[in-house]
Parts: sequence; structure tokens; C-alpha cells
Amino acid sequence: MSLQATTSQTVGPFFQIGLARFYIDDLTGLGFSGETIEIEGRVFDGDGQPVPDGVIEIWQADAQGKYAHPEFSEEPKSIQKNDLKPKGHAQAQQVRAEFRGFGRVPTQADGSFRFKTIKPGRVSAPDGTLQAPHIAISIFTRGLLRRLVTRIYFPDEPSNAEDFALKLVEAARRHTLIAKKLRPGRLEWNVVLQGVDETVFFDC
Amino acid sequence: MMQGMAKFHGYRRADPGTQPDHLHPPYVSSIKRAPSRPLVYLPHTLSEVTGPSFDSSAIDVKASDLTRQHHGEPLGERIIVSGRVLDEDGRPAAHTLIEVWQANAAGRYRHNVDQHNAPLDPNFEGSGHTLTDEQGNFRFITIRPGAYPWRNHYNAWRPAHIHFSVFGPAFATRLITQMYFPGDALLPFDPIFNCTADERARNRLISLFDWETTVCEQSLGYRFDIILSGRDSTPWEK
Repeated sequence: MSLQATTSQTVGPFFQIGLARFYIDDLTGLGFSGETIEIEGRVFDGDGQPVPDGVIEIWQADAQGKYAHPEFSEEPKSIQKNDLKPKGHAQAQQVRAEFRGFGRVPTQADGSFRFKTIKPGRVSAPDGTLQAPHIAISIFTRGLLRRLVTRIYFPDEPSNAEDFALKLVEAARRHTLIAKKLRPGRLEWNVVLQGVDETVFFDC
Repeated sequence: MMQGMAKFHGYRRADPGTQPDHLHPPYVSSIKRAPSRPLVYLPHTLSEVTGPSFDSSAIDVKASDLTRQHHGEPLGERIIVSGRVLDEDGRPAAHTLIEVWQANAAGRYRHNVDQHNAPLDPNFEGSGHTLTDEQGNFRFITIRPGAYPWRNHYNAWRPAHIHFSVFGPAFATRLITQMYFPGDALLPFDPIFNCTADERARNRLISLFDWETTVCEQSLGYRFDIILSGRDSTPWEK
């Protein structure tokens, strides 16, 4: 007899109490290879109003296209105490030794968020091709009864044209998944929850 | 060998009606935030079948007892909330991170957005976390949260609840939900609890009063098991 997955409920407006310990806005560390990038953006609702009570989670491979996941790695790459910011400090206690691939950032009063990471490498797709570099994103806000799943892709990436997931999206909407270059090392990626130019969300 | 070239199994999708729709107009905040376009079905790739894990060094061992985070004890009815995190096939989610947050006994959150005219409790943060053990078991000690008013509609009150955030083994299994209490008179009127069409699915959000975990002369016990998506039985093949 199979069990049934527990039903989702909204994160509500007060999630900071419970989720702040694992806020991680800088996934980089000394000695990682790869291109350091900062990604910033804002989250908007169906009226174009900023969403100040949301939280964005980041999951990505390292620059070589490897995920820090026990099924694919024998080294412990789980999130350690050193990955967390002590209260009142801007930086984590020590520089992390391994790329963990996980981040979590809340939106601010103006709906903005920002994180620093390295550009991920390509990982395989189920059809045997290689996916274009991308970051898997979860979005939780007050008013969302379920998580929204989307992806951030990179501009100037020829591999976007043959990407497994982008090909599932109608061409006119693909741009909502591709970050814009502000200047070298700095990208902008906004989230529109609803309406004209609504971000593509995946059934995941 | 390239990572992930081995066959892997995706995760199962929810049965119809057992998860909320994004738009549930009785919950007014969903009206301007729910996507209006259909979601794009994404077969699970390596990105969705992997996910973060959390080392015990990142865990504050005191964080599973919400009644011992200050010098004094919080006011309210002490309770023990325990359960297991399993997948749909009954396999435990071992060493996975659970985060919880809740209002105090008076129905007030320690959060600057909460303007409810009820007292804060200097001895209660309302925040906890823990890792499940090898068998997927977890256990929190806390106080029963109070109901509180909100502005969704006239005279709206949220039933007592505790927020739960769980990772499980993969990006695909990520879940945030709320646990409720048996016999709460507010449940039939709460648009958030009632956002899920399937009655049995939403009733599983109600914890069970449990004599087994009740501690004599100390705390009442409630059980709340959390089920995450199970793995597809057939692997992806080209």
C-alpha cells in the first residue's frame, strides 16, 4: 500500500523566524574553479507590485557540472556549520572548502534579492544530451500555496539553443528564464509571478 | 564517467487533488500571486533528483526544544511533536533537515510584520530545527501555538498550526507545509487548510493526539508524519 505525499501549505508571512538560520547568499569559496557571478533581481506580483515576503532557494552544480549529492559523490559535501553566518556577521565564519550548491535568500521590502555564486557547468539530461548551464530555483511566498519551480539560464550561452528543459518551453517565453547581463560578472533575473511576461514555472 | 550517466529514477507526481492549486480565491493573497499560465511539465533531470544535505555540525542540538531557548520557560501548554519523514513507499528520509516556526501561546509571532495585539513571550522564539535520524524520526518539544486573527476576510482566524519545512533527498521532494491540531473548531473555516480539494489529503495535515509520546505530568504528545514524493519505479532511458 503506497502512502501519499503530504499536501503543501503556504510559507506564510513569518517564515524568517524558521528559515533565517540557513539563509546563504554567497555560495562561493576560495579555491573553487569557475566564474564568480552575482545575480540580482526582483519578484513581482500580478499587479506589478514587488513581493517583499518571499524566499528563493538555489540549487546548482559546480563549475565542472557535479552536484554535491551523496548519490553522485563519496566526499561529504553537506552543509556544515562553517557555511552559515553567525548572527550579526556579514560573512560565514570560514571559507568553505567544498562547493555545496545550495543557497537561500529572502526578498527585501522592494522585492529584491541577490546572491553570489559560480557559474555551474553542464550536467546530463535524461535523453543523453548535456543541459545548458542553469540554476534550479524554488520560490516560496505568502500567497503561494505550493512552491514555484523555475530555472535561471545564462546569456551568451550557445548551448541554450539545444537545452532539454528550454526546448519544452514555447519560444516566446524562453527569455523569462535567461538572465540579462548587467556588466561582466553581474546578471539580472526578475520573477513575474503572474500576468504579461509571466516567468515560466515548471511542474516538477 | 560523466556524472549522472547511470540510469536514475525521477520522483512521482502528486495524485490529482491531493496538492493545492496555485489559485485558491478564498485565500485572497493567492489571487495576485498564483501563476496564470499552465506549468510546463519538466521530466526530472539530474538537477531535480539531487538536492542539498545538511551536516550535523550545522545543527544546533538545542534547537529541537523550543521551550529551552531562554532563561525562563515560555508560557503555554507544553507539547511534544514527533513523527517520521517517509517517502510514498514508506522508506525513511534519513538525516534530512526539518525547520519549524510558530506563534506563541497567545497567537503572536516574534516577527516585525506581526501586528496582532497579543503579547510577545520573552521566553519564546518560536523557531526550531533538527535532522531526522536514520529511520526518519524527529521530535520537537514546544508549546501549543495560539490561534490568531488575520485580514483575509472579516473576523478571519487561523487555526493553531506549526509550519514545517522539509528537504528530503532531492530538489523534487522539497516541501513546506503546516501541521494542525485535532478538534480545532477553526479548521472548517480556514481557507489555507481547505485549499486542498481532496478531503483525506488535507486531513492528513491534522496531527494525531498520541498517548505513546505523552509524558506523564510533563507534556502532551502529538504525532505528525510527513510523506515526501516517492521514486518512480521505472528509470529514465533514452
